[in-house]
Amino acid sequence: MTFRFDRDTRRRWFDVAMSAAALACVGIAILPLGSILFEASVRGAAAITPSFLTLPAGSGGIANSIQGTLVLIGLTGLVALPVGILTGIYLAEFGRNRIGGAVRFFVDVMTQIPSIVVGIFAYSFVLELGVAGIVSRRLVFSTITAVIALSTIMIPFVARTSEEALRLVTTSTREAALALGIPRYKVILRVVLPSCASALVTGGLLGIARVGGETAPLIMTAFASPDFFTGLDQPIDALPLRVFRFAISPSLADNRAAWGASLILVVMMLGISIASRAVIRLRSVKR
Amino acid sequence: MGKRYIAEDGSPIEPPMHPFRTSRGGAQRRLVATSGDLIFQSLSTIVAFSVLGLLALIAGILFVAAEESVQTFGFGFLGGTVWDPVSQVFGAAPFIYGMLVTSALALVLGVPISLGIAIFLSELAPGWLRTPLTYVVELLAAVPSVVYGLWGIFVLAPVMRVYIEPSVQAILGFLPLFRGNPIGSDVFTAGVILAVMIIPTISSVSREALLAVPDTQREAALSLGATRWETTRFAVLRYARAGIFGAVVLGLGRAVGETMAVTMTIGNRNAIFTSLFDPGQTISSLIANNWLEAGSLELSALIELGLVLMLVSLLINAFARLMVGRVLHVGEGAE
Amino acid sequence: MAITPEEKQRLQKGSRRGIGVVVVVVAVVLILIAAVVLSGVLNPPTTQKITILGAGATFPCPLITKWSSDYSNVSLKYGGKPTQVQVNYNCVGSGAGITQITQKTVDFAGSDAPLKPSERAAAPGLIHVPETIGAVTAAYNVASLSSGLNLTGNVLGEIFLGKITTWNSANISALNPGVTLPSSQITVVHRSDSSGTSFVWTSYLHLENTGWNSSLVGKSINWPVGVGASGNSGVAGKILTTPDSIGYVELAYTVQNSMKVAKIQNPAGNWILPSLASTAAAAASFTNPPTPSGDWGNVSILNTAGATSYPIASLTYLLVYQELNTIGTSMTAQKAQGLVDFLWWAVHDGQSRGAALVYPTLPAGLVTLDEGAIRSITFNGQTLHS
Repeated sequence: MTFRFDRDTRRRWFDVAMSAAALACVGIAILPLGSILFEASVRGAAAITPSFLTLPAGSGGIANSIQGTLVLIGLTGLVALPVGILTGIYLAEFGRNRIGGAVRFFVDVMTQIPSIVVGIFAYSFVLELGVAGIVSRRLVFSTITAVIALSTIMIPFVARTSEEALRLVTTSTREAALALGIPRYKVILRVVLPSCASALVTGGLLGIARVGGETAPLIMTAFASPDFFTGLDQPIDALPLRVFRFAISPSLADNRAAWGASLILVVMMLGISIASRAVIRLRSVKR
Repeated sequence: MGKRYIAEDGSPIEPPMHPFRTSRGGAQRRLVATSGDLIFQSLSTIVAFSVLGLLALIAGILFVAAEESVQTFGFGFLGGTVWDPVSQVFGAAPFIYGMLVTSALALVLGVPISLGIAIFLSELAPGWLRTPLTYVVELLAAVPSVVYGLWGIFVLAPVMRVYIEPSVQAILGFLPLFRGNPIGSDVFTAGVILAVMIIPTISSVSREALLAVPDTQREAALSLGATRWETTRFAVLRYARAGIFGAVVLGLGRAVGETMAVTMTIGNRNAIFTSLFDPGQTISSLIANNWLEAGSLELSALIELGLVLMLVSLLINAFARLMVGRVLHVGEGAE
Repeated sequence: MAITPEEKQRLQKGSRRGIGVVVVVVAVVLILIAAVVLSGVLNPPTTQKITILGAGATFPCPLITKWSSDYSNVSLKYGGKPTQVQVNYNCVGSGAGITQITQKTVDFAGSDAPLKPSERAAAPGLIHVPETIGAVTAAYNVASLSSGLNLTGNVLGEIFLGKITTWNSANISALNPGVTLPSSQITVVHRSDSSGTSFVWTSYLHLENTGWNSSLVGKSINWPVGVGASGNSGVAGKILTTPDSIGYVELAYTVQNSMKVAKIQNPAGNWILPSLASTAAAAASFTNPPTPSGDWGNVSILNTAGATSYPIASLTYLLVYQELNTIGTSMTAQKAQGLVDFLWWAVHDGQSRGAALVYPTLPAGLVTLDEGAIRSITFNGQTLHS
């Protein structure tokens, strides 16, 4: 067959070229991810020693930052998960009308508030309370204020993921349970929720991962601390905040510490993300 | 509100009749059989409405706090180019400008790559590669913003300063946009990092839009002799236009609200810049920088700026919602 | 992060009945978190802890951080119980420190810039307690130059005004005969936050350069040119990572990071390298301080007399309320006592930590002044240190 550079050949070459370009796009996107993980591992590994992980920031370690992050996501989860899931239940089960539509709209609006604005809100709110004399002004720099900020981010997020999870359950499941005479609230609690448990858990875990990495609201509420957690009304340290502080320091030791802390943070966040996907894989029915 | 009773694989589903209603339209008698039902329904309703109350609280606190600035500067605030705590004159223009330029740059760089990824993962990738690659791209969204900033300061900025920016300047230096002394912590670097951060958002929503295109479209094009790329271009992309556009707008919404990575790489200069290689400032990076030290009028001005940011973000997301309809993700990523 | 379409399809197919595994996993995670939290809370119950919050200048940040760390290891007794006093000082810049102490969200503030009249009016009752002395250096990062380039305040003003743009400009080479200067562009680095160090630097430029007028003096000005960074550490970091850059950085940071600094000409005509000795010399001739509760707005140790004095030196102050109950309900008698005792320790024992970090010890006259200031601090009218 003679080779002719006609329209068909051009089209075929173009097709191959575009496929290559698409593949290249994937490569370009993976490049920064690979670079971040590589740099964090190599530069951070040098900083991670047993004392780094057990000493507080006042002595050069990040133990109190790790504790702070765990405290913050634990408390935020404690507040936001029930509230978010109940809101999701409202939206999915009782909210299929115009009022529910309005609620859904406003919850969506809340998910889009930039996190720095949430930080501003938490600070201003507690400061107003302090000026009014209801609480001490010092409370603006405390665990409570930080939890207020993080919950404001997590609640609408969990509400929407919970609603999506509940919607995955088909109406026939609900109808079948009702037909058996089970009261409605038991249908929700005992039939619907367990059916979409993996999606609910995933939504919750993703919400936790989201707030665990937040820095902007913490700059103006948590204040950071060289010491371990000392109380709900005291400042608290957190990994993202510590990474930020170390990153802008000129000292090379601090910069290495920043990479070490960010490695721990990234491992935690990736771990949660992978865990949530594993929950889906392990618990979905294969057919 | 029209509902689309089509499943993701294209087959029609019957419109659901909510099991807790005994009739459609007309009188709506609800099934409240036991006191348990009443308690549960009231509880979840109260919680949902108190979440709304939280939103009202946010709006209330912010509007009240911004009052002082609104009354002092009026509408001129948006056009003011000076941010000077010494003379107590504050204007939003450099930061709105910075936000728009960095986001636009992020879109220019990020959208083609995201589309390429979406097309590759939905059309071209072999089945065994699809899932792992999807997860890898999703991992980009799992990295916290502050880590992007750290990487930006120590890895990207030097590379930009030494290799990339001089090369760009060599080619495009005749444009005023690329003049000046490239130093690495500038608008260009911030734009590149933002582009990387919005790739997962745009690509995943685009992918959903592409997957929603029925196979019949692809089959029709292929049966007419189109190559794979031609199928994608003429049959699939055209069909998924609205969804992809919505994905892009969602990515824009994400870029606009981004704080930490931008603060750490943009150079922190409160002025309107002419070249992409100049340092700049966005609304969120200004707030992050100045919050703790702001006296009462500046604080009020910062809160007013925050409200502007929130409004811009809401408008962008509302627009995206119109485009994308039900193919939508909840807000992503951490700052 | 979000759920991918494939995952949605899997979920739609249904999940396995029974949430046992999930509950176990969630319970384990929550138990772990609780353990971590409790391990922090259940610290040795025998020692009580007092936390004191401070915020402000990055100028003395290394020293105050060292004080905070050392003081937490000092065994103290309050109310008969062994106590640990933890000072949490956040280095966020002088402007932020003044704002926060005015809003009473912290217990004390640090600032290199003395309070302006408007700031004194907004926070009545704040007193100045100078706790150490520092120097503002002109630090640069030019590969072909070593440390000790001669620069005058006038030339530095021209650089920061953007009038001198390359390293090999005539003004700079005139000051440095025999030194080969590169032709590269100068990148100016300044503070992006409200900074007492900026106040000291711009005050000096105003004294030395006629083009640097008084509207450009302050903690937070409209810089004509340059790139901004947050904090002394941010500026130092920016200089270190930006070739051919120059900025102003407190001495301690330049020593810690082995940065190149310029020699500045002092009023006696000598080229002085910033150092512990030359900074101490600058402060030695400081006399006639105001009272602690007075106006410190005119205090300056720029361009002091002395052959070896470094011209760009400054005192830095801790700002405390004279009557500590001004802070509000978060201040208790015990905390007030703890704060006062810490201040006393800082101006006496704490001074010995200065030399290693390149902060000269306070001259005797200032120590006496500070003692008087600390003695005047009261809580509910009761003085706390005799």
